[in-house]
This record gives sequence, C-alpha cells and structure tokens, in this order.
Amino acid sequence: MIVEFFVVLGLFFLSIGTLGLLKLSDTLERMHATSEATTLGVGFTVIAGAINFYPDQIYLSAILALFFLFMTAPTGAHMIARATYQKNSETVESGQDKAEKSLEDFV
Amino acid sequence: MVIEYALTVSAILTLLCSYRAIKGPETADRVVSLDAISTNVVALAVLYAIYTQRSVFINVSLMLAITGFTATVASAIYVREGDLIK
Repeated sequence: MIVEFFVVLGLFFLSIGTLGLLKLSDTLERMHATSEATTLGVGFTVIAGAINFYPDQIYLSAILALFFLFMTAPTGAHMIARATYQKNSETVESGQDKAEKSLEDFV
Repeated sequence: MVIEYALTVSAILTLLCSYRAIKGPETADRVVSLDAISTNVVALAVLYAIYTQRSVFINVSLMLAITGFTATVASAIYVREGDLIK
C-alpha cells in the first residue's frame, strides 16, 4: 500500500517535470522544471523501491542510488545552466573584460 | 495494477521528453531533454524492479544514474566549448 502511494507521488512529479519541459518557453525555464520535478519524482520512486525490497539488503543499494541522484542532479543542471548562460552572453562584453583588456593594452 | 499503470505512464512521459530532443530550438534544450530522459529511465528501472519483484534492476538503476550524470557533464562541456576533442 505504501509502495503504491510513493509510486503515485513520484509519477505526479515526473508528469509535472515533463509537462514543464514541453510547455515552458525558455531554456532555463525548462531546465528549472526538469531538474526540480524530475529529481523529486525519481526520488520518491526510488524510495518506493527501497521500501518494497526492505528486508533484502538491496534496499541499501536503492538508498545509495537516491543519494547519488541527489548529489549529481544539481551538479549536472548547474553545468548545463552555466554553459547556456555563457553561450548566450558571450557576444556581450562585460565591464570587467573591458577593464582587463584596457589594462593589458596599457601594460 | 498501480505499478503497471505507472510503468505505462512513465514510458509515455519518456517518449514525450524526446519531442523536445528532436524539436528543440537550441542545443541546450536537447541536452536538458536528454538529461530528463536519462532521469526518467532510472525511474523506469526501479518501477520494473517493483513490477517483477526482482532486485537486480535496482543495481541497473544505480548504474543508469551514474551513466546519465557522465553523459550530462559531457554534453554540458559540448554546449560550452562547441567541441569535445581539441
């Protein structure tokens, strides 16, 4: 019973993430939808798997997968966001770059 | 019954994610979509483990999580640099 509850909860968050990926209008907005909701959805699903196999020792492996997912999903999302931001703003020269360039010209 | 329904719905959701991977206007959209697909496949592996009551697929989900993270990092480097091997 509790396994089904966690599975349905995870499915709800997975649906939110996928709908956000399909419907939102900007790259960073889509990334916001997927990286929050999908991580929560998979987290609840993995918790359901750990509860389902509880007396067996494999539930430790499920908890390890959950821990790894919570460690790596924000890292990957941050890397994609930073790459997108640098890609979008590489044509605009920032003030610090101008200052460094003028300093190099001066020296 | 609930588990079968959840397997079907999450498979359909993973297919819907591939729409953005095909249609996405920029490369970053495709990378985000592939990240979402690899995260959904982890959930699919866990749901299949619950459905068949075989605990092997929990290890499959762990390895898929590791592989998906590596793929995401490589794709992010590709988006930033424009090239992987220099």
